[in-house]
Amino acid sequence: MIVTLRRRPHFGTSEQVHQTGLLGTADPAALFSFDGVRVERGDRTVLDLDHAVIPIDGATAIIGPSGSGKSTLLRLCNRLEAPTAGTIRYRGNDLAAMEPTELRRRVAMVFQQPVALGGTAADNLREADPTLDVDRIEDALLRVGLSAALACRPARDLSGGERQRLGLARSLTTHPDVVLLDEATSALDPGNAARIEDLVAGLSIDGITPIWVTHDLDQLRRIARNVLVVVAGKVVQHGLVEDVLARPIPEVDQFLRGEER
Amino acid sequence: MNSTSSIGAGGVAASFILIAIAIALSMRDRLGLERSIAWASVRALAQMLAIGGALGLVLADDAPQIWSWLWVVAMVLIGSATIASRAKEIPGLFSLSLAALGSAVGASLFVIFGLGIFPIEPRTIVPSAGMLLGNVIACTVLAARRTLTEISEHRDQIEVRLSLGQIGPVAVRPHVREALRTAIGPQIETTKIVGLIALPGTMTGLLLAGVDPIDAVLVQTAVMFLILGSVAITSVVIGGGVARRLITADHRLVLPAHASG
Repeated sequence: MIVTLRRRPHFGTSEQVHQTGLLGTADPAALFSFDGVRVERGDRTVLDLDHAVIPIDGATAIIGPSGSGKSTLLRLCNRLEAPTAGTIRYRGNDLAAMEPTELRRRVAMVFQQPVALGGTAADNLREADPTLDVDRIEDALLRVGLSAALACRPARDLSGGERQRLGLARSLTTHPDVVLLDEATSALDPGNAARIEDLVAGLSIDGITPIWVTHDLDQLRRIARNVLVVVAGKVVQHGLVEDVLARPIPEVDQFLRGEER
Repeated sequence: MNSTSSIGAGGVAASFILIAIAIALSMRDRLGLERSIAWASVRALAQMLAIGGALGLVLADDAPQIWSWLWVVAMVLIGSATIASRAKEIPGLFSLSLAALGSAVGASLFVIFGLGIFPIEPRTIVPSAGMLLGNVIACTVLAARRTLTEISEHRDQIEVRLSLGQIGPVAVRPHVREALRTAIGPQIETTKIVGLIALPGTMTGLLLAGVDPIDAVLVQTAVMFLILGSVAITSVVIGGGVARRLITADHRLVLPAHASG
């Protein structure tokens, strides 16, 4: 049973959030919950969530038009961004009360652009764990399909696809429970994008839950079980992917048609 | 003291011939700088006459030494305001500059007077502090700007490090280090070539005043070392301070709106 949004008395009519094909449960089923969360930049409201939930069960994708606030929503999850108001909970714990450095090691992040830090691939992995020995570095590289021989190569000499896989390996070095992927394949060619998708899909075996931000509907169908559709800073529809795609509300339908073109 | 120590009003008037040449060149090549050159020259003369008059009071044999120290405090305050006005994009730069200049002048004067390089007298206090401040202001502005630029340009790398659970000061450290290298580098180069290409101001002044060249060289060498030390102190204080202002207590990177791109 998957829940992406729990309706509350103050919630629903004004926000026009639509839940598709899901039954309501208590918050223990929530990986992240957002209550009265607002993000403002200057006089602009980037995100305004009365109540929203990312479920604990299965991969979730956050989709929406450019500038709708989906990356901001993702960055709130590991406190790279702080809300102007409201409460965010991770497995029921108030995020604001958690030690941010510890949270970020449990909620890892892979960014849109493959980022190579200075030094070798091994140095990049040691940024996450300075105690890594050669064997563990090789294991980390092999886990993401990179050759162990790359350990001594300058990270900046790697191809874009290799750098992104190194970035994933670097994030996994902290043994996270969740991996946030902010359009992590959009800068890659289809072959490398597919590799990343496969690797992330395999993470569930280790109990790691992926949360993707994507604008690619084909990718959405491949990678996620649940979806949150963010339009103009609000979650306007959520549910199982197949249900949302089968029965989109007009606002989401308009966005989906635009993306299909 | 020989006759070169006093050039008199006639000498200053004669030196204006070079200003006239500069204005003539500007007119010939239609640079449009005639008014600026004339205004800068007249303003410099007026300022120097005013300062000379004030210095005459402060440096008089019977003047209390506290006046000299108050003069130094005023120079530090004016220097801090100058730095803050030259890099307005950095919030709170005045207080940072105050700390940086205060540290550098404090440390330098402690060495100058504590180790007996110069006697503690009004005629040594004010010129020593003035010379140090005159040389460190440009590098302090450079250190502040470079730190902001380095951090802004490498936001992706810093956020990767933060997302790996590193604390803010550690995440920005490689970029602050790079900014400080840039800021301190020119002074190191100046120190390397001193005497070979350019005769520095103190030494030139002493030679023009008829001081023995070896004495002039020794004084200049001490001054160069003090300036290099002061440049390093101000750069480190300002670079670290700017970086701290860009990192929040919960280890997020927050750039000024115009610097975040």
